[in-house]
Amino acid sequence: MENRPSIQIGSAVASPNETRDALHAGYAEKVSIRDVCFYYGQSIALKNISLPLYEKQTTAFIGPSGCGKSTLLRILNRMYDLYPGQRATGEVLLDGENILSPTIDLNLLRYRIGMVFQKPTPFPMSIYDNIAFGIRLYEKVPKSEMDGRVEDALKRTALWDEVKNKVNSSGLGLSGGQQQRLCIARTIAVRPKVILLDEPTSALDPISTAKIEELIYQLKADYSIAIVTHNMQQAARVADFTAFMYLGELVEFGATDMLFTKPKQTKTEEYITGRFG
Amino acid sequence: MELAAQSGTVAPSILRKNSLIDSLMHGLTRSAALLVLLLLGGVIGVLIHGSIPAFEKFGFGFFTTEKWNPVTEIFGAAAPIYGTIVTSIIAMVIGVPISIGIAIFMTELCPRSLKRTLGTGIELLAGIPSIIYGLWGLFVLAPLLQQYVQPALISAAEGIPWLESLFTGPPYGIGVLTAALILSIMVLPYITSVTRDVFETVPPMLKESAYGLGATTWEVVWKVVIPYTRTGIVGGVMLGLGRALGETMAVTFVIGNAHRIATSLIAPGTTISATIANEFTEADGEMYTSALISLGLILFMITFVVLAAARLMLLRLQMKENR
Repeated sequence: MENRPSIQIGSAVASPNETRDALHAGYAEKVSIRDVCFYYGQSIALKNISLPLYEKQTTAFIGPSGCGKSTLLRILNRMYDLYPGQRATGEVLLDGENILSPTIDLNLLRYRIGMVFQKPTPFPMSIYDNIAFGIRLYEKVPKSEMDGRVEDALKRTALWDEVKNKVNSSGLGLSGGQQQRLCIARTIAVRPKVILLDEPTSALDPISTAKIEELIYQLKADYSIAIVTHNMQQAARVADFTAFMYLGELVEFGATDMLFTKPKQTKTEEYITGRFG
Repeated sequence: MELAAQSGTVAPSILRKNSLIDSLMHGLTRSAALLVLLLLGGVIGVLIHGSIPAFEKFGFGFFTTEKWNPVTEIFGAAAPIYGTIVTSIIAMVIGVPISIGIAIFMTELCPRSLKRTLGTGIELLAGIPSIIYGLWGLFVLAPLLQQYVQPALISAAEGIPWLESLFTGPPYGIGVLTAALILSIMVLPYITSVTRDVFETVPPMLKESAYGLGATTWEVVWKVVIPYTRTGIVGGVMLGLGRALGETMAVTFVIGNAHRIATSLIAPGTTISATIANEFTEADGEMYTSALISLGLILFMITFVVLAAARLMLLRLQMKENR
């Protein structure tokens, strides 16, 4: 993480309204969130959120519990659609296509946008099948190629050496940290466009956490990543950009370096210095 | 004692009372638990004792003889054993997929408003006394089957080598198939409510991770929810099977009570419990009574074997998982 390229952004002013104008320098917008509001039944959970997720960059979402950061993540793969009474308005463009449109194929969308959850969720099947599961859903892959893809996913998550002799035993037999890396392996095995991480280390010990953070840093070379985290140090360590949210609103968005060293908003400063939250 | 001295005086009478209540409690709960074992042992003992005359006379042939003639006092349990097993298997074949289907619909797909209505309906179904099922089966279901379903089955199966022998003979309405249908309706609420409960134990996050990979509802249910809950599902199916094996009243109404083994599913037959319920009032001779008690013992053994097999199956599944 030391060799992270420092990000220089001209003005780096990032109040929510000027976000898009301010942060343009050389980054392609993979996902554009535009004026998104979210409702749980009658109550509003997100108010007019606009920000980009840049291609092959990691964007962290921080803020106190209940500020809507996980909700925002669940909009990006339309996970909220599983539950009646939840709805989003506005636009979310993935490579220019509005994924909030009712005509979009939800299963295909979720195939393209991977997600990893707070707790490890290995499926009740073998380690091999856990990873092959997603690939088999949409691709017809011969056995030899499948073996290669499984091995590759396990290698990229540094699990291969630990599990290569027992890929046919149950994924439930792994330790918590290994299970979470298995879930990440499963997610990248289908080669998604974007990876969403919802507090991926909140149930893990410090060593497993460090491994996952290292992994996130490496994955950035190929994927656009959004990570929700409770842990500000983690955001500072892994993210190129950080968004601070509070009470359903985006307070500040900017390059991580700037946001943590020279926050523009007093609310942000109060939060990162630990005065509330 | 030192502690007591520091924190106030403890009255010895209270201490004595507490320990008395404790040991009383201990003794009471233990004797309640022992009572269950005693009762079970007593039932088995009486069954074995009562069945001795029949087994002494007929030996192992009791299991294989189809003949059941109270006048000449020749008894064989083959027909009721066959009927019990066949009706239960058919009831499971029909009932299990429907129950699991209902449970999947209720937990994964059903709008919330319908969920409660459906749940209440299923519970009410479980609350209907079996004699009502029997009456309904005899006066409503059997005539319907006789008039429409059985003739159609007979003509549809005609000429097809295997099926033909399963659906042959005159359409009586009552018979093995009718009993199995009633049984499948009766076990439905049990299997449904158990499977629904275990489906609800699947962590939403686990389902979301499958959806998150692009899986459809079908794939999530088939590849994640059902494997995750298979222990519970087997438990629910066994509960239903136990009910089906032992169900008496409804079956007695519609099975026809004929002591013979017919290959045809629409022919009349009998089950162990139906035979006992039908004939215990007429069992005057010692041998007749003993034969009925032996049937009871056999039913007990069948149920025991089924439960043991289920346990074994679950154990092996678990071992395979931890391999």
